[in-house]
Amino acid sequence: MARALNEGLRKAMEADPKVLVMGEDVGKLGGVFRVTDGLQKDFGEDRVIDTPLSESGIVGTAIGLAMRGFRPVCEIQFDGFVFPAFDQIVSQLAKLRYRSSGNVRMPVTIRIPFGGGIGAVEHHSESPEALFCHVAGLKVVSCSNPVDAYFMIQQSIASDDPVIFFEPKRRYWEKAEVDPAMTPDPIDAARVVRPGRDVTVVAYGPMVKTAMDAATAAEKEGRELEVLDLRSLSPLDDATLLESVRRTGRCVVVHEAAGNGGLGAEVAARVSEAAFYSLEAPVLRVTGLDTPYPPSRLEETYLPDLDRVLDAVDRVLAW
Amino acid sequence: MAVGDSFVTAGDLDVAGLTARERDPDLVQLLTPEGERVHHPDYDVSLSDADYRSLYRDLALVRRVDVEATALQRQGELGIWASLLGQEAAQVGSGRALAPDDMVFPTYREHGVAWCRGVDPMVLLGLFRGVNLGGWDPAVHNFGLYSIVIGAQTLHATGYAMGMQRDGGDKNAVVAYFGDGASSQGDVNEAFVWAAVYNAPVVFFCQNNQWAISEPLERQTRIPLFKRAHGFGFPGIRVDGNDVLASYAVTKKSLEDARSGQGPTLIEAFTYRMGAHTTSDDPTRYRLASELEAWKLRDPLERMKSFLYKQQIVDQSFFTALDAEADELARRLRTGCREMPDPEPLAIFDHVYADGSTHLDTQRAGFESYLDSFADTAEETR
Ligand SMILES: Cc1ncc(C[n+]2csc(CCOP(=O)(O)OP(=O)(O)O)c2C)c(N)n1
Repeated sequence: MARALNEGLRKAMEADPKVLVMGEDVGKLGGVFRVTDGLQKDFGEDRVIDTPLSESGIVGTAIGLAMRGFRPVCEIQFDGFVFPAFDQIVSQLAKLRYRSSGNVRMPVTIRIPFGGGIGAVEHHSESPEALFCHVAGLKVVSCSNPVDAYFMIQQSIASDDPVIFFEPKRRYWEKAEVDPAMTPDPIDAARVVRPGRDVTVVAYGPMVKTAMDAATAAEKEGRELEVLDLRSLSPLDDATLLESVRRTGRCVVVHEAAGNGGLGAEVAARVSEAAFYSLEAPVLRVTGLDTPYPPSRLEETYLPDLDRVLDAVDRVLAW
Repeated sequence: MAVGDSFVTAGDLDVAGLTARERDPDLVQLLTPEGERVHHPDYDVSLSDADYRSLYRDLALVRRVDVEATALQRQGELGIWASLLGQEAAQVGSGRALAPDDMVFPTYREHGVAWCRGVDPMVLLGLFRGVNLGGWDPAVHNFGLYSIVIGAQTLHATGYAMGMQRDGGDKNAVVAYFGDGASSQGDVNEAFVWAAVYNAPVVFFCQNNQWAISEPLERQTRIPLFKRAHGFGFPGIRVDGNDVLASYAVTKKSLEDARSGQGPTLIEAFTYRMGAHTTSDDPTRYRLASELEAWKLRDPLERMKSFLYKQQIVDQSFFTALDAEADELARRLRTGCREMPDPEPLAIFDHVYADGSTHLDTQRAGFESYLDSFADTAEETR
């Protein structure tokens, strides 16, 4: 997936000289996950910018560059370090279009490697997506596989709206063939990645693979799970979500972020509001616990795994 | 003038002064790289032979902790390690200048300062092993928790110093440690503003180790970092961070100034990160081996060692005994680290709120029975 993102960035930079890549260590080092590897060598230091160690600065100056006609792609090195830039993102980036009555465009993409499962120290395993979904004016997306990574990064850069692009860091090494000639799904569309009739399992980013593994395991017990990859977290693709839940009558939402006030709550509310009479059971959430992200020796316990997904599936089916 | 001439690119700017040179009048040095004792009109110290020996002992043991931890990471016992190789003198010098009641706000690389504060290195290993997130009580050793978010602790240090000011009475000071990269953060610059306008008793100790992961100093600043302090309204000093005596003297003086109501000081300890940024980093991608070779000649331990020999403060038996002590320390760390148990799963729920939380209590109970259900299944299948 890291390679796919790299190729996607390269494609976008070739297509439009106004596309810039900026962040800490993105140049010579190629980023700590090597997503920007080789870009500075090929596009130069003016387009692949090693920035000072200053996240507020990265996003704040990207806003100015965007006003000047550039399309900056900012890398925030790790999820837990986006907060120094949070003010610029929430108070400025998200609102400039609205404040200017649509006169200002903000084609800024902010890439954030997110989530746990790699045994890192504190502040390197967070899932802050819900904090951004709550902010109007931002698009929030997450890729779960190399094909989406390749196309969604290009679609984000092409968008005139700010996009917060969450990359599931523990899936960076996931492999798949990418056919650059194919026609990608729109960036704001959810996708049924595995059809099934018994339960809709809603996931995104790192949890799509876990949901798929659960579906494979459930199959052995004669249960057909439908796995839905949200892809776009804000806005949500209600149509695809509701269509699936109306068909299966059951819904389990899975994410790594804490449950309290998380995206699962939004999904559950929308399903209850719009598809109440199709439901055979309440919508269940399988999420991280409502504690700070724990030290790495406990992250296996904290993170939703196949067993917890299957347990929730059992419970919605037993209703 | 052709179009474009007015653009100045980063590479064209004069960066003179960013690099400290030996015998630079702006660089406080008390020991030359060859171990010659030199004197400085403003910063000098007179220490006993026992002090000199004990400073060297700290340098050597701290290095040994670092070498051992790096090895433990390679063996899979630690998730990651942030090495302080090359920065021992800056840390031990400044750490030893502290009074017991002074407070320290460190980043994640301050193992040498932790050592001087009496924090057992085993505790640090726990953090890097991933069994806790620090877990020590800052009040016990007057040593704050490691800060991984760059620069955040400089504001905490300033606030703590303002608290000391308000408590009056005892005269103590605070040291905030941070790196050259951190100097670009808003928080650090805000800390400078606050410390200056409230005249807070805080010493900002910047270990300029030349690199912020892959980014050289020139990516963070166009003037020597110590000169920034002037713009905020307090003094800045550049000290040879590979010189333990100078680091000690300059920190001591700055702490005294802070304690006596003269406000903050910025110390730029000019040093070098001889290892990788962390054990996950590959410095060969961004820096030349020759740079490291040049800095090896300024190794802080070698410098002090040759001073001790030249002054005939020690003989070979001192080093033999110290090696044995270091071996013993390493053995203790190795065994202790390997035997460190993983925390109990339900420990996840501990210490989230001082007041407790009924919601978390419910979640904990639910999670406990969920975990128990596996134990039951295991029993059934037996
Ligand atoms: C706010 C924030 N942004 C990014 C990072 C990732 N990061 C960790 S260390 C580091 C470089 C720090 O350089 P410096 O301040 O010079 O300290 P050094 O590691 O060299 O001691 C970076 C970018 C972080 N920890 N916190």
